[in-house]
Amino acid sequence: MRHLLSAADLDRDRADSILNTAAQLATLQNRSVKKLPTLRGRTIANLFFEDSTRTRLSFEAAAKRLSADVITFTAKGSSVSKGESLKDTALTLEAMGAEVVVVRHGASGAAHRLAHSGWTQAGVINAGDGTHEHPTQALLDAYTIRDRLCAGAGNLDGLRVVIVGDVLHSRVARSNVILLGTLGAEVTLVAPPTLMPKGVESWPCQYTYDLDEALTGADAVMMLRVQAERMNAAYFPSAHEYSRSFGLTAARAQRLADHGIVLHPGPMNRGMEISADVADGPRSVVVDQVTNGVSVRMAVLYEVFGARAQVGAIGNAEVDNFIGGEPDAQG
Amino acid sequence: MPKADVLLSGVRPLNEQACDVWISDGRIRQVGAAGSLVGDPHTVRPNVAGQILLPGLVDLHTHLREPGREDAETIATGCAAAALGGFTAVHAMANTAPVADTAGVVEQVWRIGQATGRCDVYPVGAVTVGLAGERLAELESMASSAARVRVFSDDGICVSDAVLMRRALEYVKAFGGVIAQHAQEPRLTEGAQMNEGALSAQLGLTGWPAVAEEAIIARDVLLAEHVGSRLHVCHLSTRGSVEIIRWAKQRGIHVTAEVTPHHLLLTEDLAATYDPIYKVNPPLRTVDDVTAVREGLADGTIDIVATDHAPHPHEAKDCEWSAGAFGMLGLQTALPIVVETMVASGLMSWAQLAHQMSVQPARIGQVDHMHGRPLQVGEPANLVLIDPQKRWTVQPEALASLSRNTPYVGREMPASVRGTMLRGEWTVVDGELQ
Ligand SMILES: [Zn+2]
Repeated sequence: MRHLLSAADLDRDRADSILNTAAQLATLQNRSVKKLPTLRGRTIANLFFEDSTRTRLSFEAAAKRLSADVITFTAKGSSVSKGESLKDTALTLEAMGAEVVVVRHGASGAAHRLAHSGWTQAGVINAGDGTHEHPTQALLDAYTIRDRLCAGAGNLDGLRVVIVGDVLHSRVARSNVILLGTLGAEVTLVAPPTLMPKGVESWPCQYTYDLDEALTGADAVMMLRVQAERMNAAYFPSAHEYSRSFGLTAARAQRLADHGIVLHPGPMNRGMEISADVADGPRSVVVDQVTNGVSVRMAVLYEVFGARAQVGAIGNAEVDNFIGGEPDAQG
Repeated sequence: MPKADVLLSGVRPLNEQACDVWISDGRIRQVGAAGSLVGDPHTVRPNVAGQILLPGLVDLHTHLREPGREDAETIATGCAAAALGGFTAVHAMANTAPVADTAGVVEQVWRIGQATGRCDVYPVGAVTVGLAGERLAELESMASSAARVRVFSDDGICVSDAVLMRRALEYVKAFGGVIAQHAQEPRLTEGAQMNEGALSAQLGLTGWPAVAEEAIIARDVLLAEHVGSRLHVCHLSTRGSVEIIRWAKQRGIHVTAEVTPHHLLLTEDLAATYDPIYKVNPPLRTVDDVTAVREGLADGTIDIVATDHAPHPHEAKDCEWSAGAFGMLGLQTALPIVVETMVASGLMSWAQLAHQMSVQPARIGQVDHMHGRPLQVGEPANLVLIDPQKRWTVQPEALASLSRNTPYVGREMPASVRGTMLRGEWTVVDGELQ
């Protein structure tokens, strides 16, 4: 896998393989020394044009646990929102030896453009592009669901997953619809009609405006962050009305299957899309999501470095061998 | 020194029967059966037998960028591209810096155009001061200036205020002007990046819905009817727009409309590349829309083809999609694309192509005293010669524009402009700029 730009880049085998690798890597987290030598001497650039401490730290931790050198570039919105800086920054990072670029950008397609424009030869991992996709988030969500509901293995066939909120502007929803579908889950989107994307009827999922109906008997629900600014653009009249129709309260959560879990990509608006008692309650797997994010991103880095000729093959045998071997004693 | 006479032997006017056309003193002096004319001893006889002869093409919608963005295009380079594309007249849009909203600016553009000698440049005047959509520019002053402006447009920006649009339509009646509207409801297209539909939702690009174009066109044709004025609709791009224009014409409303070559050929799926070379305003639409605009052009609902030639410097396109500028080069590829989409497909004849790329745009722009004239004795020799079989491949660096933003890189074009003549003087010979 040369790049990871979209969840659609992952067929079922590839997705399974990444999740399995992530599961093996997760066992590292229980060891005192959490670092592997795999990517020693290799350089990863974290290119964050949009502020996202959570995702940036997760990728940094993943890279460091693989002993890679990490160059982090962060820039907040406005000053670099103009086009050329993505290209210029990519050129700079390539000159600094970055072989893989993790990019977060406010423009949909930024990662795709970086991978296909000829600006850089680096492998590109999409860490969120505009309102398009966030494939590693979908991977960690799938991982978390599998971990909680399928004993960490097997597939998601037949699991019912409900995704609720600002689907229109959500890259998390787009990637999850694709990936969870690939893995066999049945996804239902719930949003007010104003926040449902045009053409959603052609997406590989169900959709409804009725949250209560969708939740009944579902195995997992993923609550999307809803920004208050949407209110000003008349997507809905008030936070109160939104919350009443589309917020996840404890009473609503009871509609889930007994084993039903609650996911949220964070950061949460407690009291808006999710009530505090649900966010912090027993069904919530929000903390798991953060933890799993590191393992999943390590697995993705493996995959992308593995596709680079100059890395030498990191085939399955090497990975298994390596993961089975001793961690780097140097730490 | 008097110009040497030119005898075009065996050319096919409007792709009809071959004949000889003798040009003298900038006009068509004689037309005769093929092989019947010999000219004078000094008459030049280029080898053009078999080529199609049309009146020089007229573009009602060209962005020449001068003054203000001479890094993207100048009047001179734009005119060179126009000549190579077979045009003898272009209408230069007003969104320059400074904006062409005063007699002074339009006269400047007019004079520089005259000086190039390759193409007649007719400035379009802004409708509102600074294209700001707040108050009318001095339209009459521009109309009565040396530039003799007749077409007014805030192109790039819609005159969205209904009262201002009404006043503009009314005001230009005094001197026979026409308002050319860039139909885009601004609130429905805030941050818009591409056609709104399932694909825009999938790509995460903010949609530019068809209704934002159609709602303005519907309003404007009704306004034009109400005040009894003439309206021209720029670059319409959707099936709904075609249907509204068709309805308006049946109702007797004085409306004309244009479509661009790229809206006749390209579709929204190109946005999936995220390469802003395909970013244009209005956006590329669906296959169904392309079918509809072709049908509309073929049945005359859409009066003309206009290029919306929009040069941009490299950096404006060498970036992510949302940061990229809207617009595409068009002058040198317009004719072959219309040939491919309309003539080769059997939707129109060469005579109709001449009508919709020369005769009609000249009438709408009110330059039909000089351009879009019949191929008859006594008419000004503004002509284009086309080899309908000579294919060529688009190479951006080989285009005459200062900019390179063509969406047709590497695409084969089905026909070639071999010669262009402005008032009896060659501006292009054997496909080469003179
Ligand atoms: Zn326009």
